[in-house]
Amino acid sequence: MAKLLEVASEMEKKNSPKRVDGLSKIYGKALYVDDIPLNGVLHASTIRSSCAGGVVEELTFDPTFDWTPFVVVTAQDIPGLNAIKMLENDQPVLVDRVFRHAGEPLALLAHSDRGMLETALCHVHVRETPLAHPVFEIDEALHAEGTIIPDNVYTDYLLNKGDVEQAQKNAECFIEERLMTSSQEQLYIEPQGMIAVFQEDGVLRIEGSMQCPYYVLDALEQCTGLDKDKLRVVQSTTGGAFGGKEDYPSMIACHAALLALKAGGLPVKLIYERGEDLRVTPKRHPSRSLVRLGANREGELQFIDMDFAIDGGAYRTLSPVVLSRGVIHAPGPYRCANIRVRGRAVATNHPPFGAFRGFGAPQSIFALEVAMDRLAAKLNMDPAELRRKNLLHRGDVSPTGDLVGEDCFAQEILEAALIASHYEERRDAFRHWNAAQHNTLRGIGLATFAHGAGFTGNGELYLASRVFLQAHADGQVEILCSNTEMGQGAATTLVQIAADALQLPMEQVHLAQTDTARVPNSGPTVASRTCMVVGDLIEKAAQCLLQKLRAEGGLSQTFTSAEFSAVCFRMQESGKDLLVTASYQPPVDMLWDEKSFTGRAYSSYAWAAYIAEVEVDKLTLETRVLNFTAAQEIGHAVHPQIVQGQIEGGVVQGIGYALYENVLWNQFGVMANDRLTNYIIPTTADIGPLQVVLMEKGLGAGPKGAKGVGELPMDGPAPAIVNAIQQALKIDVAQIPAMPELLLDLSRAQRGSQCQ
Amino acid sequence: MSVKMQINGQEVQVQAPPASRLLDVLRGELGLKGAKEGCGEGECGACAVLVNGQVVNSCLIPLGQMDGAKIVTIEGVPGDSPLLQSFHDCAAAQCGICTPGMILAATALLAEHPQPTMDEIRWGLSGNLCRCTGYGRIYEAVTQASTGDAHG
Ligand code: FES
Ligand code: FES
Repeated sequence: MAKLLEVASEMEKKNSPKRVDGLSKIYGKALYVDDIPLNGVLHASTIRSSCAGGVVEELTFDPTFDWTPFVVVTAQDIPGLNAIKMLENDQPVLVDRVFRHAGEPLALLAHSDRGMLETALCHVHVRETPLAHPVFEIDEALHAEGTIIPDNVYTDYLLNKGDVEQAQKNAECFIEERLMTSSQEQLYIEPQGMIAVFQEDGVLRIEGSMQCPYYVLDALEQCTGLDKDKLRVVQSTTGGAFGGKEDYPSMIACHAALLALKAGGLPVKLIYERGEDLRVTPKRHPSRSLVRLGANREGELQFIDMDFAIDGGAYRTLSPVVLSRGVIHAPGPYRCANIRVRGRAVATNHPPFGAFRGFGAPQSIFALEVAMDRLAAKLNMDPAELRRKNLLHRGDVSPTGDLVGEDCFAQEILEAALIASHYEERRDAFRHWNAAQHNTLRGIGLATFAHGAGFTGNGELYLASRVFLQAHADGQVEILCSNTEMGQGAATTLVQIAADALQLPMEQVHLAQTDTARVPNSGPTVASRTCMVVGDLIEKAAQCLLQKLRAEGGLSQTFTSAEFSAVCFRMQESGKDLLVTASYQPPVDMLWDEKSFTGRAYSSYAWAAYIAEVEVDKLTLETRVLNFTAAQEIGHAVHPQIVQGQIEGGVVQGIGYALYENVLWNQFGVMANDRLTNYIIPTTADIGPLQVVLMEKGLGAGPKGAKGVGELPMDGPAPAIVNAIQQALKIDVAQIPAMPELLLDLSRAQRGSQCQ
Repeated sequence: MSVKMQINGQEVQVQAPPASRLLDVLRGELGLKGAKEGCGEGECGACAVLVNGQVVNSCLIPLGQMDGAKIVTIEGVPGDSPLLQSFHDCAAAQCGICTPGMILAATALLAEHPQPTMDEIRWGLSGNLCRCTGYGRIYEAVTQASTGDAHG
């Protein structure tokens, strides 16, 4: 292989500066929303619907109870539009009469004493007429008579290339599978929350845990009717998000703001306790995929046909964008002339589903990669061999019809993963292990995939992101952008990129607090775009700043940090401004047609091959991950240690998705296991050290060829693990999580069919 | 009721109902906000503190049981603790919300097993959830603190 692999231990020896947010978090000094000191604060609570859709007939505040010390807000108190600003204005801020799911906000209460608030909640009575036939399943919703929206379909996409019908006639080997993924909770350890307070100058300041301050600002403007210059959104230290704090913070912010508007100047704090957060905030879309694959005898794919449907829940929110990413990633990183992917986001009476790391791709990649193993079995071919035959090469045509250029390392990364994991050796050893009479069965499984970074298609163009760099008279430089640090390391990475480009020590560069009163809109912190897209803008801004200092302040070609500072000082003294702006320009070859799903969907793909080794207890059918190898080509690792942490964190969320994390629903379509005692995420007892392999070819769209890595590690673990379980138990597993109960049913069914 | 405790080496007297959660007393009356509330039911470890050297979830502890107890919160971990340095060196704090509890659990672990094996580390930290790191950087940080091997 061209470039030597860098495994974890070697990689860390490379230069990874300390995280800029490290010490304050380690000493426990960072202020999360619940830690911010406030005087005379009112605590708030939300009154919610209990049925799975219906009509609120009556909302009564017990007349015998003294409501004077309380702030009460209902839909009638909304000065602006009663809708959360998102892709469509369909979701109310507070239900007026008609509602679509259980747990919808109806009214808000605030009081300085939490105990009093609890008491008051017992004096609010809601009379609802429930919807006669709520729907909770994708196929049920597609065939339902009474519908939530027309046909119960929010969005219907078609990716169509070649001629699947014709190819089907010629295929020599053919499989058809139905695969399901369940919902998944982001489970950031810090629950969601917001504080609203009027500043002395009359500006309404909202501070809290969030990913996208400008989404919140837009939502506040629409709901309060206040002008943007009377609103200010500030991000507090955010204790994890993973997509879960993309859209819902707008809801909580509007609620806190509405209470503050009535609270006569007192600050209002609305923090969810864990159970409420689990029940009402958006989670990963459940999915159902019907996959058909055809190949010739040699194993070359002849067609890929997928009917991919996701449960969007009761409002549209982000479902169209989740769906489009799912559809584009569905055909995987494979060469295939005939592809048809139909994608639908379906309306049900669950609370709306939303963004979670991977954003549609983990669902469709799971379906395809498990189906690929079934095809391999039918062809009597090793799964790695089947992939080798079909992975994209430079010069191929991609599933969306554009030419695959130099930046394609699908084959290379597969070989790297196979070597690092000792794939063949392990596979043979497991065969022997399984033949001997042990209490466990072992299997090794893989998944190959690519993940596109940044907004899909023309999304980045529409965003038109901007960043500022502000130099100060003392030579310190501030980065002003709206992208948030939520644990992923953006603060460090962006400072590092700017410092590198400015040839200054990192200590001289700072990331300004994400505060809409100061920072421009550089787009939301989602879709693995921050380091790649915003990092690139910051690099460009740094070059502009140097140019400016050279042209207007006489900064020499090479300079010391002190010389840089001196020039800044002189320029400031002579009244010159030290601010530069950089705005997004799309790459010239970025052509995307969103109607036909053809063209170049992402400026860069990262390439990956993940390999899981599992052991299943014959008696309990519990699955343990013995080893996990995550190999990826990511262009360039700006901060290798942070990259490694991102990949490890994503893989472990993927392991949870595959094995443990089972969202259960009550009869009203709300999460039933709404506690950490019964919604199980991986702990240290479940997770050993993982093997992370990075390949850096330097061809991505970001600084020094970097590509986005945040979401990528979520895509591979579930299919790799399920493929390994299938190999160990010799059964077909068609859904995740692969809990012992499910494996037991499948094993029984299989034994039954063998007896017949 | 009035409860006397030693918190981070200082004698403290608190007036509060005996059923008050230790977590609320620490965060509220005493302003020690390093202990976080992640679940409020003893499952996540974000609120972990040391009580008489043992790691406990302060969201489950009623103040009434704390009379005479010696409590250490993240604010009281000595500045020269190798864990503080190693968590920083290894980038073991991502969003950081689990970090104070994790460091206290690791402090208790290292007090019992100064040179822990990987299994002992995994067992010792299994009461503390981290959703960000996948635990890899945390394992490395605890190992570094125990062996004194400087990072990189
Ligand atoms: S808050 Fe105490 S264990 Fe989660
Ligand atoms: S660092 Fe975020 S939960 Fe551990």
